[in-house]
Amino acid sequence: MIELKNIEKLAELSRIRVSDEEKEVFLKDIGSILGFVDQIKDVAGKADMTMTQSENGLKNIFREDAHPHISGQFTEDLLGCVPEKENGYVKVKKIL
Amino acid sequence: MIDLKNLTISKTHNHLKKGDFSAVELAQSYLEAIKNTDSEIKDYLEIFTDVVKQAEEADKKISEKTGGLLTGIPLAVKDNILIKGRKSSAGSKMLADYVAPYDSTVVKKLKDAGVVFLGRTNMDEFAMGGSTENSAFGPTKNPHDLSRVPGGSSGGSAAAVAEGGALASLGSDTGGSIRQPASFCGVVGLKPTYGTVSRYGLIAMGSSLDQIGPIAKTVSDTEILFNAIKGRDAMDATTIESLDASRLTGSKLTIGIPKDFIYTDGIDESALKNFNESLERFKSAGYEIKNIELPNAKYSLAVYYTIMPAEVSSNMARFDGLRFGLHISGDKLTDDYFLTREAGLGKEVRRRILLGAFVLSSGYYDAYYNKAKFIKNLIKNDYVKAFKNVDIIATPTAPTPAFKIGEKSGNPLEMYLSDMFTTPANLVGIPAISLPSGFKIGETKLPLGIQLMSNFGREDILFKAGKDFLGEMTKI
Repeated sequence: MIELKNIEKLAELSRIRVSDEEKEVFLKDIGSILGFVDQIKDVAGKADMTMTQSENGLKNIFREDAHPHISGQFTEDLLGCVPEKENGYVKVKKIL
Repeated sequence: MIDLKNLTISKTHNHLKKGDFSAVELAQSYLEAIKNTDSEIKDYLEIFTDVVKQAEEADKKISEKTGGLLTGIPLAVKDNILIKGRKSSAGSKMLADYVAPYDSTVVKKLKDAGVVFLGRTNMDEFAMGGSTENSAFGPTKNPHDLSRVPGGSSGGSAAAVAEGGALASLGSDTGGSIRQPASFCGVVGLKPTYGTVSRYGLIAMGSSLDQIGPIAKTVSDTEILFNAIKGRDAMDATTIESLDASRLTGSKLTIGIPKDFIYTDGIDESALKNFNESLERFKSAGYEIKNIELPNAKYSLAVYYTIMPAEVSSNMARFDGLRFGLHISGDKLTDDYFLTREAGLGKEVRRRILLGAFVLSSGYYDAYYNKAKFIKNLIKNDYVKAFKNVDIIATPTAPTPAFKIGEKSGNPLEMYLSDMFTTPANLVGIPAISLPSGFKIGETKLPLGIQLMSNFGREDILFKAGKDFLGEMTKI
């Protein structure tokens, strides 16, 4: 079952800050949701990807690797959404 | 004053063509209607300032006879569907000031058809919720009872149509987000076959489940809008060429009832009674009713609340505060992420991200995510098998009528149970429609809905049955 340390780890990985108080609430909520979801364990059988994919008739679709748009056509519109930018680049803080 | 209450898309089109009123006059009537009700209901997050200008363009098209059925028709759009140059917040502080840099495919199609966009409607944040209470901008109220929710997540879109603040609207449906609010508000809502309508420009929630669809007063209006927005789109690789459904012959349609799935704890007696009365209505309209078995359907909700949060946790990773939306600066880059996501994402969104990350984590992936995908296929097989014997599968749309504001907001699991009948259509990928089927009469009259599902690509069956049920004339 999910524990407080799982919540802390998942929050860290998801880049979400949770207060101590909220951790407890999330632990309780997610615990009860998982308690409900656990009924799927009653169903016999295991996922076999090869079988299910062929059964499904699903296939991967790729866009044709051709007809690129004109370079820079969308640059201005997209940069218009960027909170911090410099000389046509997205500005981010130093990583190292 | 134009009688907005009785207008449908076809009627409006005829009035506009005949010159009974202009698109500008119609748009002004809607703006007036919204002004009178919106302060109470709060179905719109924004009324566009150029509505009259859009209507002028439509009038020009009409006078030049270059318009079509949708020219001048005033629509509302859910706040997670992009319209170029306008705000699109998905009901979140994260995108409160985000201005869409491009048109979604559905909007592009409707713009070309000459539609007038009235505004963007309220929704649960990033479409996560069943009541519109999770909107960062406050809840929408049910036009039938202001103390109750309109459903969700497309609550604003359903309430706008129900209160006469739009002729029709667009919503999105991941686990019932079009059908459940349509049911709560007493209007028609369609979740099309997965892949029929392009999601390019829809802010994603659960990508294997999301579909855009129409909400309207009548089945005919729903059909008109569906035909206007469907079609293969190179910008959404999941779209398929809609099968030109073989035209229905005169033969009798059969409706399958999965009794074991419907008769469960948690279903309101009024919903059950109304459902059985609805079946009688179908019987007297010449439909055959049959009992069917869907042995794995009962796992749908559990499977949905595994697969959906998993997809949510990856889709929400794009909100990093760097490329668009909210940005809160900290000391280091990781601080930027934490601060931005803390300020921008509401509680339900964060809860689903954590839950999704958990079911995808290496120790639990097989037990939860993989297992859920396996059962999803069992459910799909149940439906495929059932459709060999019946044309339609019917259930109530929701287990209860609209609940009180605040009634379920403290208990997420209880809120999720509201989706028990709607999630299978998303997991399987089949189309489903919610039709208004009557009311629960108490202190107020609360709408109830019946849900019809059909096989892949067979929206035509849903439209036919829906028109028969609501007594709409079928146009040949």
